[in-house]
Amino acid sequence: MSNKRSTFLLSALVFGFAFLYVPILLVIIYSFNEGKLVTVWAGFSTKWYVSLFSNDGMIDAAWNSLRIGVMSATLALALGTPAGLVMSRFGRFKGRTLFSGMIAAPLVMPEVITGLSLLLLFVTLEQMIGWPAGRGLSTITIAHTTFCAAYVAVVVQSRLSGMDISVEEAAMDLGAKPAKIFFVITLPMILPALVAGWLLSFTLSLDDLVIASFVAGPGSTTLPMKVFSSVRLGVSPEINALATLIILAVSVMIVIASAMILRSERMRSRASAGADA
Amino acid sequence: MLVSEAALEDVHEDVHKTQPWNNPDAVPYIRFENVTKKFGDFYAVDDVSLDVYRHELFALLGGSGCGKTTLLRMLAGFEEPTSGKIYIDGVDMAGVPAYERPTNMMFQSYALFPHMSVEQNVAFGLVQDGVSRSEIKQQVAEMLGLVQMTKFAKRKPHQLSGGQRQRVALARSLIKRPKVLLLDEPLGALDKKLREQTQFELVNIQEKVGTTFVMVTHDQEEAMTMASRIAVMNEGVINQTGTPFELYEYPNSRYTANFLGQVNLIEGVLVDDDEKYAVIKSDEAGCDIYIDHAVQGHQGMTFWVALRPERLRITKEEPKETKYNCLSGKVEEIGYLGGISTYHVRLASGKRIKVTEPNSTRQIEPRYTWEDTVWVSWEAGAASVLSK
Amino acid sequence: MSSEKPTLKQRFDRWMIKHGRVLVIGIPYLWLFLFFLVPFLIVLKISFSMAEYAQPPYTSLFSWIEEGVTITLNFGNYLFLLSDSLYATAYLNSIRIAAISTVITLLIGYPMAYGIARAQGSMRSVLLMLVILPFWTSFLIRVYAWIGILDREGLINAFLLWTGIISEPLIMRQTEFAVYVGIVYTYLPFMILPLYSTLEKMDISLVEAALDLGCKPWQAFAKVTLPLSMPGILAGSLLVFIPAVGEFVIPELLGGPNTLMIGRTLWNEFFANRDWPIASAVAIAMLIFLVVPIMWFQHIQTKQEEGQQ
Repeated sequence: MSNKRSTFLLSALVFGFAFLYVPILLVIIYSFNEGKLVTVWAGFSTKWYVSLFSNDGMIDAAWNSLRIGVMSATLALALGTPAGLVMSRFGRFKGRTLFSGMIAAPLVMPEVITGLSLLLLFVTLEQMIGWPAGRGLSTITIAHTTFCAAYVAVVVQSRLSGMDISVEEAAMDLGAKPAKIFFVITLPMILPALVAGWLLSFTLSLDDLVIASFVAGPGSTTLPMKVFSSVRLGVSPEINALATLIILAVSVMIVIASAMILRSERMRSRASAGADA
Repeated sequence: MLVSEAALEDVHEDVHKTQPWNNPDAVPYIRFENVTKKFGDFYAVDDVSLDVYRHELFALLGGSGCGKTTLLRMLAGFEEPTSGKIYIDGVDMAGVPAYERPTNMMFQSYALFPHMSVEQNVAFGLVQDGVSRSEIKQQVAEMLGLVQMTKFAKRKPHQLSGGQRQRVALARSLIKRPKVLLLDEPLGALDKKLREQTQFELVNIQEKVGTTFVMVTHDQEEAMTMASRIAVMNEGVINQTGTPFELYEYPNSRYTANFLGQVNLIEGVLVDDDEKYAVIKSDEAGCDIYIDHAVQGHQGMTFWVALRPERLRITKEEPKETKYNCLSGKVEEIGYLGGISTYHVRLASGKRIKVTEPNSTRQIEPRYTWEDTVWVSWEAGAASVLSK
Repeated sequence: MSSEKPTLKQRFDRWMIKHGRVLVIGIPYLWLFLFFLVPFLIVLKISFSMAEYAQPPYTSLFSWIEEGVTITLNFGNYLFLLSDSLYATAYLNSIRIAAISTVITLLIGYPMAYGIARAQGSMRSVLLMLVILPFWTSFLIRVYAWIGILDREGLINAFLLWTGIISEPLIMRQTEFAVYVGIVYTYLPFMILPLYSTLEKMDISLVEAALDLGCKPWQAFAKVTLPLSMPGILAGSLLVFIPAVGEFVIPELLGGPNTLMIGRTLWNEFFANRDWPIASAVAIAMLIFLVVPIMWFQHIQTKQEEGQQ
């Protein structure tokens, strides 16, 4: 009986992972296709990579995206970390419900709504106080920072909730003041969550098409906007090459991160084994 | 309270030194004055007043949710009382944050900083005070010596066993020489054998450093082994405060009697009382109970007679004198524990009485078996009479 | 410690502590308030304003602001949404497509999450990483990958024609089917992760106890595992359903011109028709529908956080 069940689970896993990975693998394979058509294998070639790197528009867009990504991930960390701290450690305060709502809602809010509303805000602000003058990298950065901060807050909050609060109390008991406790005790302990939060924000920012399309101005085309406009016309081997590069970069990053997590998990399990001995 | 009253008659300087709570002139070191703590509508601590004296090892004993931890956390400064005052060494602690109080705490989970070595953990408190590096080094070494952890100074907490972590936590909380050391279930995370061994070590260290300890525990054995005095708490209120001896021998309530050790409680009505004795008639017991001292109360009032199982005698033959303090019933359960045996005797009223008897001689076969008719009796002085 | 007045430094520190708390709450609060909440209010306001068709959006908005105080609420945009069946169709389509996709995602994701949660130590970490990995790669590229597969000249058709199963290429891209594939594919990790985290926390001995007490395996699943994983099911479903309702990229790239979805409609009103007030009204209408699921989602989040603490 349990055999039947594990066979079912195994096939579910195999099917599921095939579903997740076959399309990605096909993209990678066809990025090395000499021909332009997906259906025909015309031989191995790296010419699409060459043409990708000589596409100035694409390179500019990538550069824009990277700058926005780094800035908004960093800002999101600076805003999201205190937000997560407030949610898990500050207890009740006036307006807490609204605060937690403003953290949870961006996670699920359809992007078209967020994008439209931010654009209207920027336009209104410009009319009223003259800032931001026009739209571009800075408005995209603000937009990305806002929803990324919500992600960071959730990541930080869940890490803090899983952390023994008495460790921080012990520091206070031994004479450390709140600000010092945060920097000497809390911050080092949630460092993995902060790294994860930054990387998450960075990829979310790098990936966003819809919100950026709303709040972008002339000359601030991001990589997804560029990709979208070329993909709309159908399959393009250059995009395959770009996709392959992105997948490669992400895979390397993820493998390193998981290796680090695995290591710390192993250390933790060894620690608990030591406690039992 | 007879024994302590007798002791007071024989007042002696030494007694005042070792039992400051019996000295009316002694100044308490820690004082709770009508302290109440509410969480929403829930009274975690309800109008508690309590004095703790210098050099005491004081235990707050009670089940989970009785308010003992809240009381400790108010002393540490993690919670502010809703009303009432807390004094440490004469200073009102209201508004003094945890990091400025002369207390240090040993946490139940130990709360060692996972990213710091043993040495850094122990040094943490001194670093906060801006003590010079050489001074820190010397004091940390001294403290690690005291808890026998010198060998492990460079290790991280996750490389230590539970017992070793407990020692580090102790060293870390002692290094600032706090006026009061607070211990939250200090041995709760250790297994039974290690716990028993550590109890005595902790007491020895307390005697060596002379710090006042206030500890919270749910383990009555731990409290009785270690504490100079115990406060038994229940539902936010202190039920009784006293030495382990006083609490066990002279409980003031059924709750205390039940919480410390085992007890049979027999309900009855006072029918005869005098300056020297009292008689309680109990339908439950099926006999009259003779008490060799006066009880406070009027005739017709309901009392509970508390009888410790080890103070009861069990016999197969009917005792000669059966007018008072003699119950008869059938053996219902037998627990043979080697050193002692416990018997549950069912009386005619359906009440069950628990008796323990030492197996001081070797028997060929068990002395009693199920459904044997037996008599249970006791000395007039063995019982305490409780009115609540 | 003496009972004298605190020193100047102590007073300064205490002042910092008192106001530090306000500062730590205040900065993210203010940011989210300004850049998340206020924009909705502006959208709401503009949705009640009149569009000036001939003019560029800037001036139309500006004139609206000038008259801001005197303008009475103009329900015209909403009446227009009601009168044109295009919008109603788009709404119902979005909800239907999002709901069906959510169910399919759950049906695929649940066994996967269960399988991962029951896998052995390091295998589990590897499988979990494999679920997360596509989530980190570009969303756009994952949708794009399906173009090449589902296209008229795509891989599936090429394969089926080659085997001779079909003689005419199937139309798969630019259909609702393609939209389902796209949504399920891109949102699958969002379903698996919350499911995994509830299933992983569940004590396996609960199922064993149910089996021990005479449940058949499927009964044990239905009576123990399924109810206990409900928080994960709800969280995962809402994480898929809510954004899917407003999805733009997937219907745009994989759906046909007839696959109307509300996100796409909003986009077109804004970018193609440049009718900001109507776009705002569409957004508000979508938001009204989504408020309940969003609040529900937040409720589940809070409950789980409290459960952890």
